[in-house]
Amino acid sequence: MYEFFVILIPRHMPFLIEGALVTVQLAVLSIAVGIVIGLVVALGRLSSFRPFRWALTTYVEIWRDVPLIVQLLVIYFTLPEIGISLPAFAAGVLGLSLNVGAYLSEVFRAAILSVDSGQKDGGLSIGMSRVMIYRRIILPQALRIAVPTIGGYFIGLLKDTSLVSYISVSELLRNGVIIISNTFQSMQIYLMVALIYFVLSFVASILVARLERRLTPAYLRAGHITPAGAHP
Amino acid sequence: MAHVDNVMPGKTLLQVRDLKKRFGHFEVLKTIDLAIEEGKVTFLIGPSGGGKSTLLRCLNFLEKPSGGEITFDGERLCGEEAGRFACAPESVLRRVRTRMPMVFQHFNLFNHRTVLENVVEGPIFVQRRNRDEAITHAQDILRRVGLYDWSDRFPGQLSGGQKQRVAIARAVAMKPDLILFDEPTSALDPELVSGVLDTIKALAEEGSTMVVVTHEMAFARRLADTVHFVCDGVIAESGPPAQLFDNPRSERLKNFIGSILR
Ligand SMILES: Nc1ncnc2c1ncn2[C@@H]1O[C@H](COP(=O)(O)OP(=O)(O)OP(=O)(O)O)[C@@H](O)[C@H]1O
Ligand SMILES: [Mg+2]
Repeated sequence: MYEFFVILIPRHMPFLIEGALVTVQLAVLSIAVGIVIGLVVALGRLSSFRPFRWALTTYVEIWRDVPLIVQLLVIYFTLPEIGISLPAFAAGVLGLSLNVGAYLSEVFRAAILSVDSGQKDGGLSIGMSRVMIYRRIILPQALRIAVPTIGGYFIGLLKDTSLVSYISVSELLRNGVIIISNTFQSMQIYLMVALIYFVLSFVASILVARLERRLTPAYLRAGHITPAGAHP
Repeated sequence: MAHVDNVMPGKTLLQVRDLKKRFGHFEVLKTIDLAIEEGKVTFLIGPSGGGKSTLLRCLNFLEKPSGGEITFDGERLCGEEAGRFACAPESVLRRVRTRMPMVFQHFNLFNHRTVLENVVEGPIFVQRRNRDEAITHAQDILRRVGLYDWSDRFPGQLSGGQKQRVAIARAVAMKPDLILFDEPTSALDPELVSGVLDTIKALAEEGSTMVVVTHEMAFARRLADTVHFVCDGVIAESGPPAQLFDNPRSERLKNFIGSILR
């Protein structure tokens, strides 16, 4: 016990925290790119252009059916074969965001479809274009509906970043493994790694809850209306 | 069926000739001829499924007609082009819609916008009118429909009658040439109907041009300049309300009026 707190933690924590920072960067970048991918794919799948719809549906299906770790390995090891060599970190962000983007596209699609579609007629009837109706009427409502779910995916993503250690990104888990390979103190180091993941996720869930409260608009908070798809 | 409204002077704002609308193989509008004069109030009545909503939605191209010709304020919006039926480009139709907004049975307000924001959305973001002027104008309209004090509420906080009056205000804020109403009171609790009807009546008395689909026969009778009986995809009978309601000529209209009175 004494050794753990007084010697091991001060000795190894800085290197682990260095990894944790990379973990946070991976998660934040990947969710940001994933949101963009998810939104574009959701809109594409709702468009009337068939080949487009078909291609995007295939993407979502494939990405949901293959384990994330396999996706990461495939991206990391096949891209150089076709002449694209990405640094491990970039490959990690690419893999994670394509993965979370596939899931988020379903979230956005459901959120968009849950917005009362009579409002489209309402917009058209005063001369709004379809683009304007999406930009000003449908998407603002859909995004607010999707926020809690996106928050959940972010916390999941924070933990899934640990898989990126397999493609040699020096994030939290990999730094822990490196320490263990030098010190053989598996139990203690893994405990520290676990502790840091816990703190990260815990803080993230608090931030997400706060963001959710901030973004829940008055029209959803006030009184009796609960749009379909929103949390009761 | 010949029209009886040819005695009325004034400019023809909207002219419809041989309008047709099919959904797949189902011919909802068979042949519709209709002329809307400026400053007149036209009512469309008829049995459920007769095509009233479809007709109204074809007038502002929320549904694309399948044939025929529509001319609005001298501009041809659809018709035969080189032997093929075609509609004007979407940009033209959008501009027409700003001049011919529609009020729906289920209000179709923007749920995430306040009452005032709902009303100024079109003037500011579609018509690009001056912001302050648009807001002042909108507040003015809200005062007239008795909802000025509700400006900062959201649609979800309003009664159905209030929502519908906001929807009417949203249409009026466009400074339209013509307002289309599709059963504006059908979704309302009975005690809320009269408030909305009064609002429509006030607009009519100001000289607004309106086309109203309704099942409120007493209201149509009091307010209409012309009533058209829409049934099975045609206008089966037309005329001033007294003539239509008191001396229906066709069997179908007689049956319809009978069924309403019973
Ligand atoms: N989008 C659509 N696709 C297929 N059929 C439709 C569509 N819209 C309307 N119809 C059909 O067209 C017919 C006329 O419908 P419409 O809504 O115009 O009638 P209505 O006179 O407005 O009736 P109500 O008084 O019930 O509102 C109906 O049989 C309806 O089922
Ligand atoms: Mg109808």
